[in-house]
This record gives sequence, C-alpha cells and structure tokens, in this order.
Amino acid sequence: MWHIIITSLPEMISAMLQYTIPLAIISFILGLILAVLTALIKFIQPSENKLVKYPWLVLRAIADFYVWLFRSTPLLVQLFIIFFGLPSAGVELSPFIAAVIGFSLNTGAYASETIRSALMSVPQDQWDAAFTLNFTTKQTLMKIVLPQAVRIALPPLSNSFIGLVKDTSLASSITILEMFQVSQQITAKNYQPLLMYSLAAFLYAVVCTLLTFLQHYLERRTSRYVKGSEA
Amino acid sequence: MISLKNVIKTYDGKEVLKNISVDFPDGKTTVILGPSGSGKSTLLRSLDLLVRPDSGTLSFSDISLDYAQPVTKKKSFDIRKKTSMVFQNWNLFPNLTVIENITTAPITVLKQSKEETEKRARQLLSQVGLAEYADRYPSQLSGGQQQRISICRALAMNPEYILLDEPTSALDPELETQVLLILEELSKMDQSMIIVTHNMQFARSVADKIVFVEDGEILFDGSPKDFFEHPTTRIKDFLSGITFDDSKKLK
Ligand SMILES: Nc1ncnc2c1ncn2[C@@H]1O[C@H](COP(=O)(O)OP(=O)(O)O)[C@@H](O)[C@H]1O
Ligand SMILES: [Mg+2]
Repeated sequence: MWHIIITSLPEMISAMLQYTIPLAIISFILGLILAVLTALIKFIQPSENKLVKYPWLVLRAIADFYVWLFRSTPLLVQLFIIFFGLPSAGVELSPFIAAVIGFSLNTGAYASETIRSALMSVPQDQWDAAFTLNFTTKQTLMKIVLPQAVRIALPPLSNSFIGLVKDTSLASSITILEMFQVSQQITAKNYQPLLMYSLAAFLYAVVCTLLTFLQHYLERRTSRYVKGSEA
Repeated sequence: MISLKNVIKTYDGKEVLKNISVDFPDGKTTVILGPSGSGKSTLLRSLDLLVRPDSGTLSFSDISLDYAQPVTKKKSFDIRKKTSMVFQNWNLFPNLTVIENITTAPITVLKQSKEETEKRARQLLSQVGLAEYADRYPSQLSGGQQQRISICRALAMNPEYILLDEPTSALDPELETQVLLILEELSKMDQSMIIVTHNMQFARSVADKIVFVEDGEILFDGSPKDFFEHPTTRIKDFLSGITFDDSKKLK
C-alpha cells in the first residue's frame, strides 16, 4: 500500500500545484473582485442626479440578472456551456481559461450576496456619523464601512473559497488534468479505487485545512478592535 | 444664526414637522425639549441634512437652502462643515482607534496635516480627561468615555454649531454628569450648541434658549426663565410628567 501511495503521490501533488490550486486562487481573486463590484452596485443608492441614476439602475439590473443566472444553474452545466457550448457561437477557449471564467463567475455571484449582506450589517448610525463629518459615500465606504464589513464577510467568504477548492474537481469534466482526474487515471492502471480516491480526498482536506488556518489568522487580524478579542 | 422657516417633514403621509419656524442664535446654547416621538431628532437632523424635509428653508449665515429643491454636493458640504452632530449612542467608528476617530475626518475631509491634527486631537482628549486612551479602540471604553470622545470628534472639525441629540440618554447618572460638565464648559466658552435632552436641571442651568416641541409643533420658544417659571398648562404637565413624584399613581 505504501508503495502505491508513494509512487502516485508526486503525480497527484503536481496536478494539484499545476491546476487545482492555481484554478482555485485565480478564480477566487477574480470572483471576489466581481463580487465586490456587484455588491456595491446593488448596495449603493444612486444620487438623484438623472445622469447618474438611470445608468446606475441599468447596471443594477445587469447585476441582478448575473446573480440570478449563476445561482440558478448548476456549476457543471455552466462549465459545459462555456467550454463545449461557446465554440459553436464562435468563442473558443482553452480548458484552463474556460474553467477560470466559469469558476470566477460562479463564485462572484454567491460571494456578492455575502458581501452585500456584510455591507448591510454595518448600522446606518455609522453612515450618519460619517456624513455629519462630511465624508463622501466613497470615503465612508473605504474608511468605515468596508473595514467593518470585511470582518463580517470573512467566515462566509472562507466557506466559498474552500468550496471552490473542492469544486475545481469539476474541471476534470472539461478535460483539465487536475488532481481528481489524475487520481482516476492512476486508478485505471492500478485498480485501487478506494486507496486512490481516499488519497485524493486527503489531499483536498490538507489544502482546506491550511485555508482554515489562514481564515483564523485573518479573523484575528480583522477583529482586533472587537471587545474581548485578544490582539 | 441658523433659521428654519416653514419646515414640513412627512413620513408615510404623517406630518412629523408641521410648518416649523425657529431660530438658533450664534454663540448660545439652545435646548430642545419635548416628549418622545415629538419630532426633536427630525428637527435637529434636518439642520445637518441627515434628514431631508419636504419643504421649507434653512438659512445659515451666508448660505440658504430650499429643502424642496435638489441640494448640490457643494451646498451640503458647506452646511455640514458648519455643523457637527453628536449622537445618543455616540456612533464612534469601532474599527478606528480613539485618536483615529477624531483625526480621520479633519485629515481626509479638511485636508489638514496629520501632525497638526493629531496634536489638536490630543489636546481635546486631555481636555475631556482621556489623554491616555488615545490608542485604544472604542469597544474598550465605557459609554461615558465614548461620548466624550465623540464630542472631541465633533469639535475637531471646528464646526460653528454642535448638534447634540440626547447625548446623555444612554448613560447612567455618574457618566452623564461627566458629559454634562463638558457641555457646560463649552457653553461657557460661547460655543454655539443645540441640545436635545431630557435633563431638566441641565436645561435650566445651561440653556440660553428653550424650544419645546410637541407633536411636530413648537409650543414654546423663549428663555429658560419663562419656561420654568411661567409654564403653560401643557408645559406644567410635561414637567411634572417627567419628574418622579410618588404621590401620583399610575392610572
Ligand atoms: N425614518 C423614519 N421613518 C418613519 N417614521 C419616522 C422616521 N423617523 C422618525 N419617524 C417618526 O417621526 C416622529 C418623530 O420622531 P423623532 O424626530 O425621532 O422624535 P423624537 O426625537 O422627538 O423622539 C415619530 O413619530 C417617529 O416614529
Ligand atoms: Mg430623538
């Protein structure tokens, strides 16, 4: 048994470093950017100025549609449409790019709701205090509201990130040789499905455990100002 | 001087401010009294544009504003520059240290230098007896301390008027006294202030002018002497209603 583990481990770890982890990290960063933009578009009330208000409402409709679309359809189907479907509409993407697009859009849709709820959880009192001091909406967001929202959003965002790491296994279905796909290929040769799939599960668990530590570290850092937190 | 003329504010069709006209003189302490829900906060917040009345005008030395018209960013900036609000629950920014709570706005909004601003902030903190708390976070301080800091935060913007909405209602009597002493001090220094409070002793000894609001209307506008020594029937009821008197029984 140890022999099998030791011979297949390098191949699986290399697949993990080459595809699983980069896919997860790149998609999460892009997804997060998308999520913040989407959340702000939905959260901020446009000013009464018509030149700002109507374009903003159009943006908001687009944001609503985007979140609806990606939350209402399965991730696997989204990946299939992007990779197998789009070529017939003349858009050919490499498997890696297709996967990044699919994962980012999917993560962004869910995370935008996380961020929006974190923004809403900062009391109106904080806005009042900032406005009486003459902060603009942007300054209030940057200096007061976002720093407080980040703290609240961290645990659910960590959920999304950990979920994404595991969801990268779906990339195997669009021909990416990520770790799970590699474990399947090895199994086809050595007929050890229990061992190989358990090994894959173990490797996912290792990565997710490291992420959990990162989450705890970030939570401590962003909670310095909260009563009862040691920092 | 700040003057409001014919100010009307409705919420869901209900008039909360009913055609209010009132002046708040310079260099004086005006105390707004009245029962809960009478419109005191709405009135005070209208001065700082945290509430937008439906109609009426605000004039403030060289600025005048028609609430019914769209307000430009510049005008709203100029008005808020002349006023600073202190809230019932102080609303300090929990993510910033005490000194950052005081300095962030002068640095970001007024573009003051960091050094000068911090120096001033430390002076203000020592005036309210909290110099050694500069680097703490608000959550580590008592309510009374936080409220004193929020007064420093307001003062650091050098507003002409400080607007205080029940600044001591969330404090126990000992902490309340600490805050009231600071307000009395400011009042003696002729800082223009408008204070909503339920503390009659404070109103009596510190106010230069009393405005009594009930049900969205101003029922009294005059000197504390007249208010307390020649009260109308309604004011008598109000004053006795908020004084503990065990000869009166709940009906
Ligand atoms: N944002 C709001 N939406 C609806 N009604 C409000 C709002 N703010 C205040 N009111 C109502 O307006 C009236 C006056 O409120 P307020 O000015 O807060 O009174 P006070 O400060 O004297 O207690 C109350 O009846 C209150 O319920
Ligand atoms: Mg009130």
